[in-house]
Amino acid sequence: MSKEDKFSQDFSEFDSYQFGHHDKVKHIASTGKGISKDVVTKISELKNEPGWMTDIRLKAYEVFEKKPMPSWGPDLREIKFEDFTYFIRSTEKESDQWDDMPKEILETFDKLGIPEAEKKFLAGASAQYESEAVYHKLNEELGKEGVVFLTMDQAVKDEPDLVKKYFGSVIPASDNKFSALNTAVWSGGSFIYVPPGVEVNTPLQTYFRINEEEFGQFERTLIIADKGAKVVYNEGCSAPKWAKSSLHAAVVELVALEDSRIDYQTIQNWYKNIYNLVTKRAKAEKNATVTWLDINVGSRITIKYPSVMMMGEGARGEVQSIAFANEDQLQDSGAKMIHGAPNTTSVVTSKSISKGTGRSSYRGLIKVLKGAKNSSCRVECDALLINEESRTDTYPVMDIAEDETQIAHEASVSKVNEDQIFYLQSRGIPEIEAMKMVVNGFLEPMVKKLPLEYSVEFQRLVELELEGSVG
Amino acid sequence: MKDDYILNINNLKVSIDDKQVLQGIDLDVKKGEVHAIMGPNGSGKSTLAYSLMGHPSYELDSGEIELDSESIVDLEPHEKAQKGLFLAFQYPMEIPGLQMESFLRSAVSSIKGSEETKDVFEFHRKVLKEMKYLGIDESFADRYVNDGFSGGEKKRAEVLQMLLLQPKLAVMDETDSGLDIDAIKVVAKGVNRLKEKGMSILIITHYQRILDYIHPDRVSVLSGGKILKTAGPELAKELEKTGYKDFVPKKSSLDVKF
Ligand SMILES: Nc1ncnc2c1ncn2[C@@H]1O[C@H](COP(=O)(O)OP(=O)(O)OP(=O)(O)O)[C@@H](O)[C@H]1O
Ligand SMILES: [Mg+2]
Repeated sequence: MSKEDKFSQDFSEFDSYQFGHHDKVKHIASTGKGISKDVVTKISELKNEPGWMTDIRLKAYEVFEKKPMPSWGPDLREIKFEDFTYFIRSTEKESDQWDDMPKEILETFDKLGIPEAEKKFLAGASAQYESEAVYHKLNEELGKEGVVFLTMDQAVKDEPDLVKKYFGSVIPASDNKFSALNTAVWSGGSFIYVPPGVEVNTPLQTYFRINEEEFGQFERTLIIADKGAKVVYNEGCSAPKWAKSSLHAAVVELVALEDSRIDYQTIQNWYKNIYNLVTKRAKAEKNATVTWLDINVGSRITIKYPSVMMMGEGARGEVQSIAFANEDQLQDSGAKMIHGAPNTTSVVTSKSISKGTGRSSYRGLIKVLKGAKNSSCRVECDALLINEESRTDTYPVMDIAEDETQIAHEASVSKVNEDQIFYLQSRGIPEIEAMKMVVNGFLEPMVKKLPLEYSVEFQRLVELELEGSVG
Repeated sequence: MKDDYILNINNLKVSIDDKQVLQGIDLDVKKGEVHAIMGPNGSGKSTLAYSLMGHPSYELDSGEIELDSESIVDLEPHEKAQKGLFLAFQYPMEIPGLQMESFLRSAVSSIKGSEETKDVFEFHRKVLKEMKYLGIDESFADRYVNDGFSGGEKKRAEVLQMLLLQPKLAVMDETDSGLDIDAIKVVAKGVNRLKEKGMSILIITHYQRILDYIHPDRVSVLSGGKILKTAGPELAKELEKTGYKDFVPKKSSLDVKF
């Protein structure tokens, strides 16, 4: 065992992150450390991509080089782009058989409960390991109904027209430095197309696993719900306990055509040193609905503001976000709601918990364009602080160009009260359990609305994060 | 005999923020006894109750506390509760988001063992039965702990917990304040039910009224952080007439001026 392995192992005994093991697996291909135009070209070559995608990548790379780091929010200067490896291939090709992947990788996904979840409640599942999917399968019935569920890499080959039409249409490469980086070096992620009127009510899911340290994962997801279609999509992720950081910079674009609905649900459970800088945005046409459920636990810094651009009359957008900032972590999350048409409605509910030196911020943008009459938006953000030194901030930005709108904003900050803990202790409940009960109480109004498999998983995660918070 | 006592407090001195509020308390409660404590506002009654339970802001400067002949000063509050100590709070805490019944289930299984709550339906029936007994509406089982309860509802909920936890020693800190006369009767009936099974009671109150229903064996006056007198039940009636003018603490470091 190398010194560093040893270090990260010793270190791991002191925290409660439960998916922190690391697999020893051979790489089939890797671009090595660092990023350059050559690396971008190499990734495209390794994927045998058509020239039009190579061009998109190279243009985005130019934008990435020119763009400054985001100037708002957390200081990102500690991220050294040259330290990461931007592409690693772990298996020759994706398979629709779990047994085809190396045993160690399969064991990891087993531990994460993915094959079991697939059997129980998924209509399609994909498992990405480092840069690419090692498993991908869609329920046959859905395939017959014309539902397309592919890795993004495969979609470039099988569905070039849809990809050309929608890739980058919601989040252009130039949106921010990390969307540019993603567009240049993207690999993996999901592509979903649901034909008009088809409803996919059982979730499709992709799980993203990082295994190496100093690695960059840049999945790219594009979901298109055609007229009157419906789809529920789940996303989860985790990474080993390494001493050195990795970077996760995904881009997720949702296109909800007339009368359609997309529900996008995420639980991110990163190890505490991951930079998680994700751009997620949806475009909702007439009477379409998009909901984002975004749960963030772990990571060194998370920057993520799921957005809905309501461009058609009667469109609806919803963001529910929950963030847990543990020791030394920054959770900069929130939502952006753009009302671009009359009678559009949006709801943002955010709950954050800060523990120790952890810091959570709510950053929100509500924009109502001129002419988006009779639009309404309700924002509610509540923060809970666990210790004296924990911090939280709220940065709501409102940009309202239309008079006939209804905007409501409520925010609250509370602290876990010593007297509440004492009260529970006086009823025989140990301090740590008492803490969990108070924190779960804070989350209750939101958690009770979550799908069951999510609320159970989330409560378990919160309880693990709280271990060691007292004493 | 020492084993005749459920509680023994010896020379207990307690400070809050460097101010010594309890200045040497000697007090005991015999097994099965009701011991009432009366005293002016700010004299240290709640401080005594909190100190017994081990509230972290209350610094124990010196002294000894024994529950059933065993020192409890080094125990965590939840361990004291597990040993049979119960505090009915003067101001019960609100815990938003925590459902009453789920809280009761955790409390009962922590104190009486998980067997007691294993059958969820059985436990639910038991909770409803005790709620009915105390005149608490069924809907409170689903409400959040004390959240938005009226003063009297909170007090009834404290007694509900006592009935379910069946402690050896119940410290009742002004459980009667804020209760209407009918509620006092119901609460007293519940407390006496436990008393008959052997529970001892340290009851803090300002009024004789509750003592008409929960008969004290002894009454002590706590003033200026000290026990100034202990006598029979007649003392409570006397105090009701005369007030505390005879119990002005002789030497007090409490900087309360009137
Ligand atoms: N947390 C605290 N911080 C500062 N002072 C406190 C604190 N708790 C109690 N005290 C002070 O200690 C003294 C005793 O308070 P305590 O609550 O024990 O009185 P009490 O006898 O219960 O009064 P009451 O009859 O009004 O309930 C008071 O002077 C009070 O202000
Ligand atoms: Mg008091």
